[in-house]
Amino acid sequence: MKNVTTNDILATAATLRQEVGSTFHAELTETIYIEAARLADRAVTRPGEHERFDLSRQIDRIVTSRLWGFPLMVALFALVFWITIEGANIPSALLAEFLIDTMHPWLKGLAAAIGLPWWLDGLLLDGMYLTTAWVVSVMLPPMAIFFPLFTLLEDLGYLPRVAFNLDNMFRKAGAHGKQSLSMMMGFGCNAAGVIATRVIDSPRERLIAMLTNNFALCNGRWPTQILIAMVFMGTLVPAALAGLVSAMAVVAVALLGVLLTFIVSWALSRTMLKGEVSTFSLELPPYRPPNVWQTIYTSVIDRTLFVLWRAIVFALPAGAIIWLSANVMIGDMSIAEHLITILAPIGWLMGLNGIILVAYLVAIPANEIVMPTILMLIVLVTGQHELGAGTGVLFEIGADEGIREFFALSGWTLLTAVNLMLFSLIHNPCSTTIYTIYQETRSLKWTAVAALLPLLMGIVVTILVAAVWRLF
Amino acid sequence: MSEPTYVNEGQTTAALTSACSTCAIHQASQLERLGVRLDNYDYVVALAGNPNVGKSTVFNRLTGLRQHTGNWPGKTVSRAEGGFRYAAHQYKLVDLPGTYSLLSNSQDEEIARDFIVFGQPDATIIVVDATVLERNLNLVLQVLDMTSRAVVCLNLMDEARRKDIQVDQRRLARDLGVPVVATAARRGEGLSELLATVSAVARGQTVCRPYHIEHESPALKQAVAQLVRQLETVFPGLPNARWVALRLLDGDERIEELVRTGELGNMFQTRQQPASPGLAFPIEVHG
Repeated sequence: MKNVTTNDILATAATLRQEVGSTFHAELTETIYIEAARLADRAVTRPGEHERFDLSRQIDRIVTSRLWGFPLMVALFALVFWITIEGANIPSALLAEFLIDTMHPWLKGLAAAIGLPWWLDGLLLDGMYLTTAWVVSVMLPPMAIFFPLFTLLEDLGYLPRVAFNLDNMFRKAGAHGKQSLSMMMGFGCNAAGVIATRVIDSPRERLIAMLTNNFALCNGRWPTQILIAMVFMGTLVPAALAGLVSAMAVVAVALLGVLLTFIVSWALSRTMLKGEVSTFSLELPPYRPPNVWQTIYTSVIDRTLFVLWRAIVFALPAGAIIWLSANVMIGDMSIAEHLITILAPIGWLMGLNGIILVAYLVAIPANEIVMPTILMLIVLVTGQHELGAGTGVLFEIGADEGIREFFALSGWTLLTAVNLMLFSLIHNPCSTTIYTIYQETRSLKWTAVAALLPLLMGIVVTILVAAVWRLF
Repeated sequence: MSEPTYVNEGQTTAALTSACSTCAIHQASQLERLGVRLDNYDYVVALAGNPNVGKSTVFNRLTGLRQHTGNWPGKTVSRAEGGFRYAAHQYKLVDLPGTYSLLSNSQDEEIARDFIVFGQPDATIIVVDATVLERNLNLVLQVLDMTSRAVVCLNLMDEARRKDIQVDQRRLARDLGVPVVATAARRGEGLSELLATVSAVARGQTVCRPYHIEHESPALKQAVAQLVRQLETVFPGLPNARWVALRLLDGDERIEELVRTGELGNMFQTRQQPASPGLAFPIEVHG
């Protein structure tokens, strides 16, 4: 035994493995199960053998039934969005009134009083302050309602049932059933969803899950969807139905995301990522009465403030950049106008416009600032200065009618709204998610696929929708 | 082999006389939650268990952190770390991903397994769901194969009570050869006992003699012995040769790789630098 090397160990192990037989692993697992059962049996005394009425199982029978599972899921999510949309209006208006109508003029007055140069005043107050104020007033109320509701559903134990309903479809799509779990995480944050794919042990299926996680609408995109749905879809119908129709529009986009997840997973597993589907058993946890106050506290701290903080961190510099690009002139046009003009043709083709595409460029680090950027650029280009305070300034927004009129004056139609919602769902993931995918795969190739595949799909889908729309 | 002390409600609510102040239970009041402030620490404690048994709740209760605890299997996919001070010692608590087993090669299982085997925690708390003990014991038995410094935290006792399920924790502790503490972490029940027990194990005051499954036919027994001898020659001081031998016999590619490259010897670092389990990087989960 003097000069044993590592290779000797491996050789011995290989020989011995032959001797102990190929059933070793199965036997090992089985022995553990048997022992666990024996020890548990010794320690546990259960109540009388008679079958008790099990409420949990009765509920499961309904929420995971083939017939009712899916409609119930849609109804429940629609309810959550409806509460969010209906509930967010008033606090949003109050916040906007305070931060934009009251604070902004006051700060401007202060700046004038201390004699701040116009460019510094513009950069700080009209660029950075107003963008941030807008992000806060538009995003805070819906998030403060949506996230606690979503977290309550999660703590109650409902989300695993959703995963259970979807599990079979994932397997049919050639993906791993556990992808339903990582997709659920993606509805909060795609970067977290990508990390959650670690529960999938086969590399092939894990890659599929990572590449498609972006189709789960994330925190940063919910506000865009909710706002556009409120302004455009909600005003199509009588006021009484507005909330419901807006909520259904958002649910429809979210479901389209789920559908795309299946389609793309299926396509990937037939082409770039062929292979066997592995099986697993999904455990349904017991329903637990959620700890309501604690849930509200943690979801406000963990999610709402986290996302809001992230939005602000990105909105501050973005506000400065937008203001600068609107005020630095090259020739007879500002930098922003040059960019918008360049992107206008492709924007038209996609049923969008140059402004929206520029906003998506600015918003690569964080989807949260898409809408603020769009609004700011509109003021600048269409010269609707009466709505704002000056070039490149974000402005007050009162009722939905006001903002709709404002969009209409800038040439927006229902097609623009529909395609904006579609493109918000189908485009490249934010830079944090892209970086996370690289961290997890360590592969430039797959990172590039993850970033470009949805972008290309988004361009194709919006162009098709626009073309068909214009036919009629 | 240790017998965990069982403390009933009456005792804990008894007036705190001077005798009480030296009692371990009283020292729970000395718990200072340190959150993520972890400059240096005396002991490392790992937190393992099946998914959705309340590991994160125990973690939050002890560290004062507020990691979101979803009713959701697979919530924690990488390690989370936090600290607490208890009875004049600093502890680092590492929350491992919840897994049903430690025998496959999925990433969450590897992170958990690597930390228990190579990170050499001073104590491992295995959180189990008292209402479905049988399923949870699979993991307990596997962990006991890897480390002898373990405490079983019999959690969700409130749910078990509601379902009229009784668990004989003394018998379980005797059978498993490690302390068993009953808790209802959501309500904070039993945590002071858990702290006292964990610190006793970490400091070596309680010595466990964990139960190892006799799944060894004569041929297998001999094969394991032979491999253990070779392993101990090449990697002197390997603390877990029997477990490594079993993994090699099972054809575990990752362990084979560690043996081939000789890295296995380096994996057992001092406790200040627990083996980094590959892809673990700090994340925030907001899903």
